[in-house]
Amino acid sequence: MGEKVLMKGNEAIGEAAIRSGCKHFFGYPITPQTELSAYMAKKMPKIGGVFLQAESEIAAINMVYGAASAGVRTMTSSSSPGISLKSEGISYIAAADLPCVIVNIVRGGPGLGGIQPAQSDYFQATRGGGHGDYHLIVLAPNSVQELACLTADAFNISEEYGIPAMILGDGTLGQMMEPVDFDSIPEPVYADKPWAANGSDKKRPKNVVKTLFLDAHELETVVMDREKKYDIVKQELQRYEAHDIEDADVIISSYGITSRVVETAVEILKKDRIKVGVIRPITLWPFPEKIYKEVKPKAFLSVEMSTGQMVEDIKLASECSAPVYFFGRTGGVIPTPDEVVQKVKDIIKEVE
Amino acid sequence: MDNCEIILAGFGGQGILFTGKILSFAAMLKGKKLSWLPSYGPEMRGGTANCHVIIDDKPIGSPIVTKPNLLVVMNKPSLDKFEDAVAEGGIIFVDKSLIDREVKRKDIKAIYINATEHADNIGNKNLANMVMLGALIKTTDIFSIEEIEETMKKSLPASKQSLVQENMIAVKEGYNLV
Repeated sequence: MGEKVLMKGNEAIGEAAIRSGCKHFFGYPITPQTELSAYMAKKMPKIGGVFLQAESEIAAINMVYGAASAGVRTMTSSSSPGISLKSEGISYIAAADLPCVIVNIVRGGPGLGGIQPAQSDYFQATRGGGHGDYHLIVLAPNSVQELACLTADAFNISEEYGIPAMILGDGTLGQMMEPVDFDSIPEPVYADKPWAANGSDKKRPKNVVKTLFLDAHELETVVMDREKKYDIVKQELQRYEAHDIEDADVIISSYGITSRVVETAVEILKKDRIKVGVIRPITLWPFPEKIYKEVKPKAFLSVEMSTGQMVEDIKLASECSAPVYFFGRTGGVIPTPDEVVQKVKDIIKEVE
Repeated sequence: MDNCEIILAGFGGQGILFTGKILSFAAMLKGKKLSWLPSYGPEMRGGTANCHVIIDDKPIGSPIVTKPNLLVVMNKPSLDKFEDAVAEGGIIFVDKSLIDREVKRKDIKAIYINATEHADNIGNKNLANMVMLGALIKTTDIFSIEEIEETMKKSLPASKQSLVQENMIAVKEGYNLV
């Protein structure tokens, strides 16, 4: 293990991206992710990379589209309202089957909302956000170390499948500092890119990256081929962390920073001899549905910083084998461990 | 004291976040688990700032401190805001130069330090945060003077190494006050 450094979550994403071979970053400032852009502005010139602060989020994502078309590792980052602006471009990138990494350090919404941490962009991230039949691979880290590891993973996975990957963080993860060991993050694994529009030098037919198919049958074929790819991803990429699920009365699911609040709550509940287990989704798309079919609790509980956007995924994954309860705070408020403890105790009374 | 949950709070510009960072960095050098979480918002110079620091031997769950066992306050609004949150038996460190009231709670220990005044006396009132840090490490024995000095040297960039000595004079001032 290498030496640890003390770093903000936003900066750790930037450092991990650079170590993963990202040399093209296009951004636009927004709280609470601005430190990531600032880090890239400082570091990119030193490694011969490109940092460009675009005139808008829309411009930045279209620059990512261009860079990804040329086959280079590229990234953009923003926070909730900025991601909404980028959504058109994200749909185009998904439609062109290009790899890239998009970071969303989520803040309270909808609208301009607020600037405090939230998880209310779950639907936007996992259902698409933009138009058309498409998905992003969505990764949800819960520590500064995992932000670094999953950023490195995101570049590799995105390139392997030709699907844009999103890191879904929140204001807390972006702003907090924890020790990080960069020697332990995944190494870059580069895929061949015979499709890259990076200059044919007249030695091969030119490559064209496009998303327009006016013939309905042709577009249907393209979309259905992509669906097959999504089916493979759903089988191969479900990631989660779980503990104490075998004999749990209540299994709590939460992701990102909320899962840390839940771990503190679980410690308190265990002292009260309440049988509680945890499934923490790490991939939000594909949702880790297999594990939910293997467990038999009396109830599930989803804890989120939203109004309950992950509940339906747990219901679908568990096929409603037990009732799915919800506890959450939203608008930038973070739930406390005590609130989670109380909710679990209320559920136990109801199901017993 | 080996482990703790701290809230440090005061005006923006007093070095509240930096003080928390020094404690965090010192914990990292000791091989401890830690988290540092700043308040953020539409902040301005003279507005309020606070940060939450947790130091522990086991992995840290929620990085949000709801019941601090240590509270460092460097303005009155911060004492008003966080006094009730302190865990029973906890310690509140009050910069008496800037806060004109006493701690109301009887189930906690209050330590009063004229930090800003002492910092001013040694030549730089902006080092009041370091005076408070000195008082905190002496009272809790969480880090030694040497460990804080090593932390300063390792955490400050090369361009700011000249500040280590000045900071340490203020830390020692606070250390000797309690």
